[in-house]
Amino acid sequence: MNRPLDGIKIVEVATRNLPALERDTAFFWKAGAEGRLLISRCGACGRYQHPPLPHCPSCASDAVSPAPVSGRGRVATFTVNHQRWTAGLEVPFVFAAVELEEQSELYVFTNIIGCAVDEVRIGMPVSVCFERHDDVFLPMFQPGKGDG
Amino acid sequence: MADDRYPEKQVCISGVGQSAVGRPADKSALRLTVDACLQAIADAGLKIADIDGLTTFPGPSGDAGGFSPVGATETMFALGLTPTWIGASTEGHAHMGAIFSAIQAIASGLCRHVLVFRTVAQATARAVARDSTLMGGAAVPGQRARGGNAWTIPFNAVSAVNLYALYAQAYFHKYHATAEQLGAIAVNSRRMAYFNPNAIYRTPLTIDEYLESRVISSPLRLYDCDTHIDGSTALLFSHRDAAKDLARPPISIEAMGMSLGGIGIGLHRGDFTSLPSDLAGNMLWSRTDLKPSDVDVAQIYDGFSILTLLWMESLKLCGRGEAAAFVAGGARIGLGGELPLNTSGGQLSAGRFHGYGHTYEACLQLWGRGGERQVADARVCAVSNGGFGYGALLLKRD
Repeated sequence: MNRPLDGIKIVEVATRNLPALERDTAFFWKAGAEGRLLISRCGACGRYQHPPLPHCPSCASDAVSPAPVSGRGRVATFTVNHQRWTAGLEVPFVFAAVELEEQSELYVFTNIIGCAVDEVRIGMPVSVCFERHDDVFLPMFQPGKGDG
Repeated sequence: MADDRYPEKQVCISGVGQSAVGRPADKSALRLTVDACLQAIADAGLKIADIDGLTTFPGPSGDAGGFSPVGATETMFALGLTPTWIGASTEGHAHMGAIFSAIQAIASGLCRHVLVFRTVAQATARAVARDSTLMGGAAVPGQRARGGNAWTIPFNAVSAVNLYALYAQAYFHKYHATAEQLGAIAVNSRRMAYFNPNAIYRTPLTIDEYLESRVISSPLRLYDCDTHIDGSTALLFSHRDAAKDLARPPISIEAMGMSLGGIGIGLHRGDFTSLPSDLAGNMLWSRTDLKPSDVDVAQIYDGFSILTLLWMESLKLCGRGEAAAFVAGGARIGLGGELPLNTSGGQLSAGRFHGYGHTYEACLQLWGRGGERQVADARVCAVSNGGFGYGALLLKRD
């Protein structure tokens, strides 16, 4: 590789590898455009299912469709990643499983933003916000109940 | 327990082989595979012409970053085999999926001697591109994440360590486990590896060095993560009736257990303090009259140290939430302890032979070939593999 000219710094900027918008899951990644978190829900038994499936694994109904949820939950578990896996990746960051308040063990994987990484705790109340990247609205979570 | 209900009880392990470990190796992955396979065949006292089955996990379609560079087909050609059946096991119960297929092929009468191998060349892949072993094409800028990876990679969880760190954090929180307790796994592995000439890391590691090592993804540290290597392991499975006059006394497969699920495929159930490996453990113990207290030595999967704790609980080698306290200090899992653990050094110190090193070491121990790391009078060994798909074997010296 050629060397940059003296005194010229080249900054590596990492870009997230975004999710493919696939037939059964695209709604989840696009709903943030309207500021909503949508989770697949069975119209027959009422159970939410995430990641979405085109069939209810609980009651075998095909009547599943995206349903809006509150966007509120709690940090079920998390990790603070310190390793710079790819050039420019900003560390540390928090990767977490958020349990949504609508249903026990209904988890969404996400990043916790809006606070210092060492402030994150298991059980901490969080609420959704969105980060737009190209055609994808990534649901992120920040501390608080989201009513302020 | 009656033999005919259980395919595994008709099958034994008759020979094992393992290539030299490398980081990276100076041989091709196919050459390493041939080394391991020829060793296993010779170990059993068999000839090439005796081998009528060949399989591997996951096969070349599973290759990325040196994860599976060699398939059964090219190995068949390289060895000059003319097997009745060959296969590979990409889906299913991960590492041991190929072993379970081999057992079924033998018990059904299709084959008599099935060679099962696993080859990795992840050290070579990382020498070319350090990020080549990240998950699902995460190292390719702009590539969209698909399937199960779509739920994690967009949030920069690009290494498996990020996923298992979630379990470690929840486990620490629920059971008040500590870094010092978890660190006993890494320290024990290194102590064992000192006695294994084919281990990649043999320099002793103290608990203080562990605690001072850098955090990769909290609470998991550098030494909680296994080590990419180049290497191949081969295991030869035979029908009991075809193994009576071979070079070594057959190692019985007293029971097997398998299950599937968890974070690797996006779906998750539970509170992140146990794995679906619990189901594999239940299945295993339902197929034998032996009890967890009969286990003399254990080779428990350690892709990450936390997996060892969770698997120990799945296999009922200790109670729920008790594994961290069990391993703490290392005395109970050392060579003189009540449950010597990962006597080869496991994947943390011997290198990531990816599950197959555990079964290989189990056989060495049961044959009394453990050298300076031999567990006295080892008769029953529990083995487990996997973090997404789960497999367990209970092996017994007759």
